Amino acid sequence: MTIPVSITVNGRRYDREVEPRLLLVHFIRDVLGLTGTKVGCDTSQCGSCTILLDGVSAKACTCLAVQADGASVTTIEGLAGDSELHPLQESFWNKHGLQCGYCTPGMILASHELLRCNADPSAEEIRHGLEGNMCRCTGYQNIVRAVRDAAETMQGGTS
Amino acid sequence: MFAPQFDYYRASSVAEAAALLEQHPDSKVLAGGHSLIPVLKLRLAAPSALIDIGRIDGIRGIREEAGRIVIGALTTHAEIAASATLQSGATALSEAAGMIGDPAVRNRGTIGGNVAHADPASDLPAVLRCLGAEFSIAGSSGTRTVDAADFFEGLMTTAVEEHEILTSISLPSGSGGQGSAYAKFSHPASRYAVIGAAASVAVADGVCSAASVALGGLVPAPVRAEAVEDALVGKALSAGAIADAARCVGDSLDDDEVLGDVYASAEYRSAVAHVWVGRALTAAAARCG
Repeated sequence: MTIPVSITVNGRRYDREVEPRLLLVHFIRDVLGLTGTKVGCDTSQCGSCTILLDGVSAKACTCLAVQADGASVTTIEGLAGDSELHPLQESFWNKHGLQCGYCTPGMILASHELLRCNADPSAEEIRHGLEGNMCRCTGYQNIVRAVRDAAETMQGGTS
Repeated sequence: MFAPQFDYYRASSVAEAAALLEQHPDSKVLAGGHSLIPVLKLRLAAPSALIDIGRIDGIRGIREEAGRIVIGALTTHAEIAASATLQSGATALSEAAGMIGDPAVRNRGTIGGNVAHADPASDLPAVLRCLGAEFSIAGSSGTRTVDAADFFEGLMTTAVEEHEILTSISLPSGSGGQGSAYAKFSHPASRYAVIGAAASVAVADGVCSAASVALGGLVPAPVRAEAVEDALVGKALSAGAIADAARCVGDSLDDDEVLGDVYASAEYRSAVAHVWVGRALTAAAARCG
């Protein structure tokens, strides 16, 4: 059995026929070729597949593509504007919030969710907000600094 | 990981979902997918079809009705954690929902899917047992209501039959002089409950007039700790009285039923359960306004 789906990813609509068992993360990566979204643990624990589904964070390894039919998805490729990075991307760059980069797309989209719910989070709130995302390189200090920096930028303050 | 192949049908109403379940006897109900999709990926289940109820609007959201709070089966953990109605009327439930997984998991996982899956390490079953929840279950022949004591039958087994759908869960709305709380010993990696303790207490004239305590995580299905409740009613909720009552929890646990694993043995869980019961009771007592 295949099912027709219409999923808008990063503002562009894609109409495809998919197997019901196809995961949203594989739709994004393998059908559309958008490989910014990563597969890490594949058990909804590590957060590297985090995307925005109709504006709120979701783990794309634990969602079927058919469940996203009609939805709007934002991946890391869709976060930046035409000519400039999103403030979160700028802050992860400036504050060295990554090492190997594998967790970074998910980390940035989970941070996007955190700032959507709490525009001015404390360091502790950032750590709780990112509890579903793992970095196995180097720890979380610079990630927390990056999110704090982005929050200040997005509120129009200076860091 | 790839799930085995299955067919997929999307229901637009409860009646349509019930009809689809009748037509496809080897099918499973899909809501948020956060219990079912991992099971499919691990190939612990291989249904021939999924019936997606995720777009049925009538079984979503939180409302108050005749002194009870009614929660649609598709209500997400994030919505339950953020609900002012539940934060004041069923504090333990919103507290427990906010401890499930992480924000992205809470955005997708639903209360109905969680309790229909009935994982012993899940948080909500113990809370719903503690708070006296009732479960509305719909099938092609109509709707029936089951209370929490009968809903959770055992390890990953509930009163929902194969051709039925859990549509809503209702709770008595808490009132003044009453408080509830959930305390959880989380597995450090999975965040599932090694021990989950839910407590609800009421205070009148300075003493505990009613208490309900339920445990999850360490037993196949949530159990009421009646020995703890009995030890508390009629006493002032002092730290000493709570600690003494919590220590009675072992009397309500069947040693042959207590679960253990490589992380926490049954003996260990039994030995420390009173700590989490005590914490839940202490927090619940502090909320008696």
